[in-house]
Amino acid sequence: MIFTIARKEFRSLFAAPSTWWMLALLQFLFAWFFFARMNDYLQVQAQLAQMDNAPGATMSIAAPLCSVLALMLMMLIPLFTMRLIAEERRHKTWVLLLTAPVSSTQIVLGKFFGLLLLLALIVGACSVMLATLLIGTHADIGLMLANVLGVLLLAASYAALGLYFSALNNQPIVAAISPLALSFGLWLLELSASDNRSFLRAISPNAHFQNLNTGLVNSADLIYFVLVTVTLLWLTIRRLNDERRRA
Amino acid sequence: MTAPLTLSARSLVRRHDGRLVVDGVSLELRRGEVLGLLGHNGAGKSTTLQMLTGALPPDSGHIEVCGFDMRKQPRDAKACIGFLPEDPPLYRDMRVDDYLLFVARLHRVPSARLADAVDQAKQRCGVQDCGRKIIATLSKGYQQRVGIAQAIIHNPAVVVLDEPTVGLDPAQIRDIRALIRQLGDISSVILSTHLLTEVESLCDRVVILKEGRLIFSGSSTEMLADRNMEEAFLQITANETAAT
Repeated sequence: MIFTIARKEFRSLFAAPSTWWMLALLQFLFAWFFFARMNDYLQVQAQLAQMDNAPGATMSIAAPLCSVLALMLMMLIPLFTMRLIAEERRHKTWVLLLTAPVSSTQIVLGKFFGLLLLLALIVGACSVMLATLLIGTHADIGLMLANVLGVLLLAASYAALGLYFSALNNQPIVAAISPLALSFGLWLLELSASDNRSFLRAISPNAHFQNLNTGLVNSADLIYFVLVTVTLLWLTIRRLNDERRRA
Repeated sequence: MTAPLTLSARSLVRRHDGRLVVDGVSLELRRGEVLGLLGHNGAGKSTTLQMLTGALPPDSGHIEVCGFDMRKQPRDAKACIGFLPEDPPLYRDMRVDDYLLFVARLHRVPSARLADAVDQAKQRCGVQDCGRKIIATLSKGYQQRVGIAQAIIHNPAVVVLDEPTVGLDPAQIRDIRALIRQLGDISSVILSTHLLTEVESLCDRVVILKEGRLIFSGSSTEMLADRNMEEAFLQITANETAAT
């Protein structure tokens, strides 16, 4: 049943022209940054060659690009998640799921995995662009994979956050703006944190992504992302169950 | 011999913001029966139907569908019901075939039977030529037919239709009524409507709600008692007002 709902969500997201526009814009921006970083790197490459332990092409081009991708996904994902529950309520299609023999858990997981599949495609397309570095240089594949893993985990937690706000609201716009404001707020708080052990950094998804961004695959960061995602999905399921009881 | 019970609801109560919307409604439905649900606007018809189909939990009361308790065995109970709400729950950007396939899977129709179930539902609702069309491009009448098709795609024992002919032209109304008559031969049907002629021509039994309470339950003949349907309805609701 989870697969049935996930497949429908994935196809519905792809059927919307807005999705194609967003994907096209994302690819264009990503390609633009890619060439800009590449150009910068080529200009300083001669100086870098004379330095000890100079950052390689992967660290100079791929890692900053993944940071940009993480930021773009933070802004983009709420636009997808608002459709998943809040828009269904608004269009009165939600009753179809409520009266079907499916549980709230199946609905939430189906919608989550449907969106995650789309996000994995986005990350995959960007990864292919990064993989073109392999043609011209000895890229650090470990660093690249750590970055891809980081972006995927970050995207999953943003998707779970957006889904939770989608379940809280009937208005799609509010369901989109709320998680965006929260993610953006956490990001700003993390930037303003004075030291690395600050509580603000500990709760910010972006701070945990930064470790993976530099190639450091730390189990604490992985556990953080899994915990955040699972907790938010659980809260969404609880919210829907409460709603079913109270309606 | 009496046909077996497919749906039974006892003492349903539902409040909205402290106001009683449904107050102790009980009803029963047997196989092959078409039950008409009548009442003025705001009488609690749609809330009652939403409770019967599991979309809305009652504050108190008990619902059983084909022997399954809606509270304790919601999946089994919901699998026996098909529901067309007042606004058909259609994903407007989907093709009719894809939408019906999704609904069939949602209602756990076995994979081997999926294509047959979709074809059969389309055939019965007269939308067999619309399979490749996007739902948003269909006329209101055809969208309503697709709405009914999604309600019957899993051959439910109970079909609940909330004002299925609202906004349709006379030819479309005639077709939908013929379809409801067919449904009444194989399933139990609950039909909520404002159109008294519809009740007269389709329903075996009638229940009337007023301000959330059930004020009449009986066969169409008992309700009519040598009056026309409109007179009977107005008299029953007016008597109730005088009594209270």
